[in-house]
Amino acid sequence: MKLFQSLVGAGALLAASSVSFGAMAADDTIKIGVLHSLSGTMAISETTLKDSVLMMVDDLNKHGGLLGKKVEAVVVDPASNWPLFAEKARELLEKQKVAVVFGCWTSVSRKSVLPVFEQDNGLLFYPVQYEGEESSNNVFYTGAAPNQQAIPAVEYLMSKDGGEVKRWVLEGTDYVYPRTTNKVLEAYLKAHGVKDEDIMVNYTPFGFSDWQTEVAKIKQFGAAGKKTAVVSTINGDANVPFYKELANQGIKADQIPVVAFSVGEEELAGIDTKNLVGHLAAWNYFESVKTPENDAFIKMWHGYIKNDKRTTNDPMEATYIGFKMWTQAVEQAGTTDVNAVRQAMYGQKVKNLTGGVAVMNSNHHLSKPVLIGEIQANGQFQTVWKTKDVIKAEAWSSYLDEDKGKVADWTYPWVCGNCTAPKYAAQ
Amino acid sequence: MKSVLALTLCLLAALMLPGSSRADDDAFAAALRALNAESYADKIDAAQTLAGLGDPRTGAVLSALADGNLYARPDGSIVMQPGNSYLDPITGQTVSGLDATSLSAITVNNRLRGVLRGLLAGLDISSPDPAARLNAVQAVAEQGSPESAELLHKALEHETDPAVKRAITGVLAGLDLSSPDKARRLAAIEALSGKADRTVKGQLETLQASEPDPEVKAAAAKAISAIATKLAFVDVAANLFQGLSLGSVLLLAAIGLAITFGVMGVINMAHGEMIMLGSYTAYVVQEAFRAWAPPDWIGLYLIVALPVAFLFTALVGIALERGLIRFLYGRPLETLLSTFGISLILQQAVRSVFGAPNKEVANPAWMTGGVELTSDFTVTWNRLIIILFCIAVLGVLAALLRWSSFGLQMRAVAQNRPMAAAMGIRTGRIDAFTFGLGSGIAGIAGVALSQIGNVSPNLGQGYIVDSFMVVVFGGVGSLWGTLVGALSLGAVNKFLEPYAGAMLGKILVLVFIILFIQKRPRGLFALKGRSVEN
Repeated sequence: MKLFQSLVGAGALLAASSVSFGAMAADDTIKIGVLHSLSGTMAISETTLKDSVLMMVDDLNKHGGLLGKKVEAVVVDPASNWPLFAEKARELLEKQKVAVVFGCWTSVSRKSVLPVFEQDNGLLFYPVQYEGEESSNNVFYTGAAPNQQAIPAVEYLMSKDGGEVKRWVLEGTDYVYPRTTNKVLEAYLKAHGVKDEDIMVNYTPFGFSDWQTEVAKIKQFGAAGKKTAVVSTINGDANVPFYKELANQGIKADQIPVVAFSVGEEELAGIDTKNLVGHLAAWNYFESVKTPENDAFIKMWHGYIKNDKRTTNDPMEATYIGFKMWTQAVEQAGTTDVNAVRQAMYGQKVKNLTGGVAVMNSNHHLSKPVLIGEIQANGQFQTVWKTKDVIKAEAWSSYLDEDKGKVADWTYPWVCGNCTAPKYAAQ
Repeated sequence: MKSVLALTLCLLAALMLPGSSRADDDAFAAALRALNAESYADKIDAAQTLAGLGDPRTGAVLSALADGNLYARPDGSIVMQPGNSYLDPITGQTVSGLDATSLSAITVNNRLRGVLRGLLAGLDISSPDPAARLNAVQAVAEQGSPESAELLHKALEHETDPAVKRAITGVLAGLDLSSPDKARRLAAIEALSGKADRTVKGQLETLQASEPDPEVKAAAAKAISAIATKLAFVDVAANLFQGLSLGSVLLLAAIGLAITFGVMGVINMAHGEMIMLGSYTAYVVQEAFRAWAPPDWIGLYLIVALPVAFLFTALVGIALERGLIRFLYGRPLETLLSTFGISLILQQAVRSVFGAPNKEVANPAWMTGGVELTSDFTVTWNRLIIILFCIAVLGVLAALLRWSSFGLQMRAVAQNRPMAAAMGIRTGRIDAFTFGLGSGIAGIAGVALSQIGNVSPNLGQGYIVDSFMVVVFGGVGSLWGTLVGALSLGAVNKFLEPYAGAMLGKILVLVFIILFIQKRPRGLFALKGRSVEN
């Protein structure tokens, strides 16, 4: 017991000393926070994003830092534990006094930290595609909103090239993102003349692994004689057994294609894709896209992680764009002060890795291109369709009745993320 | 003189031949180049033109295109790469000195791939191989166009193989449903009424709705109800198989725990991590095979992984028991907490060594796919093999406990420790081996489970709750209880799932178990053992 006490004492001493070192160094460094789970269920996806931020910081420091100062990343581990996300966010903002935070993956973790960022007037860059229905003054959303991913994917499947799908299975994991996305999709489909009996919605728990019944049900639903497709918002670990079962039950992509919104290169790395060729995913980025920017990015990633086999993915590009935009905004504002940086963020432009230019809008969301890709035997996606131009993200869906008239615009005269009338309209 | 004339004729003929095929070559080459079009619609046109030429070289080109092995060179000419080398589709010769980076792949999407499958099937339908013809018939049937009916009627005339003949008549019946001839429609309904196929049912239902003739309508109604009965049977059979399969997965995960928790009374929260370690062993063995073994042997890695995983996890288990758990016997709360800590340490250790992303453990070829018994019910090989494997593991374990001296000593220690010690059994060693055995079985369960799920550091977490559920439900310490518990939970779950959905089904099963435990706290099969007597 005594040993234990002294150990705790030593630990406390060490912690205290490191804090004081941090405080001492504060003058000539800019601190940024990294809030991604490094353990627990989400570590599988979020560790990569932590590494991406560190890579960007590394690269920035190599090129002279920011405002003549070195940038220092403070990494914390919220351990896939949603309340812990809020605690760690508070620690980053109040104790570490970071200028900006890059973090979160699941919507529930973002919802958990939101009050903290709003209370402390912090700045969060959220790099993952999500369900929309939100626009906070303290968050910049660099992932896709539903109209930048889900809607174009469904449009593609309805088109001649996509197979003119008439019957839809909306298959998702049971939480906020799939439920909201499916609500938007259902409204969209019905607005385009799809009948109730041609839509099947099904939810399964997180980490679901026994897909036999669900896949058999999809097969039965698809046997009705109309072209059928599955829109999958299945998240995380449940995807591998789902795709294995699809392959084993012999569902081919040219009969019943599956389009996924949460399956990227990283997730495919855990699956043998030979039997999945032709199933689809919709993203704003694919590793296989050939542009000079993307080639350089992949090279930088392989060099940083020291492993040529590691893939890149869409949330990494979103992190990249967010980080670049923030550094540009800081340079433009000449300070890391949150209010000044936020003002400088609007209209900020960064070249997409897949071509074109991403623009930050005053609704705190990006304009980005949308790509539809088919899975290849080598675990990569091949782009089969691409939007002609960038698409502006809608925070509030125009297909949902309850969102009608809602506007997210943080510039004068609106200054609001969820209003039907401007705050400062002429009296 | 005569011979000279003959020779000249021969020479002339030889010269003529390539001359006549040169014209074909031009058409063929033009159609080939057209494949490298911008839009998929143009590519489809080009593929159809190509197939329409009737050139014997078309098949290879179209299948290369479907597989994504067709490339355009900067000058617009096309090369294909069926194996490792590039071939010129026109001459069939290997193209050497090619800069692979200058090639652009001709992209394919699902629509084009579907068209290609139909075209290839059309070419295959006159293939000498009956298996290829059978596939072709099915592919043509999926196209479902009037031309395909014509194609099949033609193929039926000179078909000799009975299986292919049957397939063609079956498919034609489906197409004949829309025939204007009433007799033909009736015959088609007759031919289809024996099928347990939802697609056929759908076709008949549309026919019934639009049919003007009452006789045909009645026949269709009768056929529909016959099919519906069959489908109901198939549903029950499919649910049974799926329940059995889920049950066998639960059983595999729980057998090891049935020993460590059931026999020894140790609440081992790190049990799931033993399963996870087993899966990672399978991954390591697979990578070793990929690196060093001849490529043909890759299918065998799973068999090698089983003993390796057993030994490795058993050693980890023994180390755990000797190093920690033996100091905590009789203190369940502390065991629970410390093994939970161990499970976190093991997870993070694996994450540090292998990284957080999932690892790919490929199914060997003999575990991929399945047989489609009816369109609704596919028996997949990996599930079937896991059911059989699970039975084998349980059998071996039961035999070990029943007939080996180690099993005897283990049971003795479990029932009465002081007495067993008095009889000269080294109880400490038996404890260690028992724990090792439980962990080792968890390890081989991990190898099996790597075939149906993820291999990630969190793998064990998904199974730990289910495992405890099975062991408690089946009766602590009883292998039979574990077997019956796992299979019945699996079956109940799968019968509930189609009606209640996966989420609610799981909740209902949990509620059922809670109620059951209230009634029978010792589970299905209660056994006297150390844990119970304490």
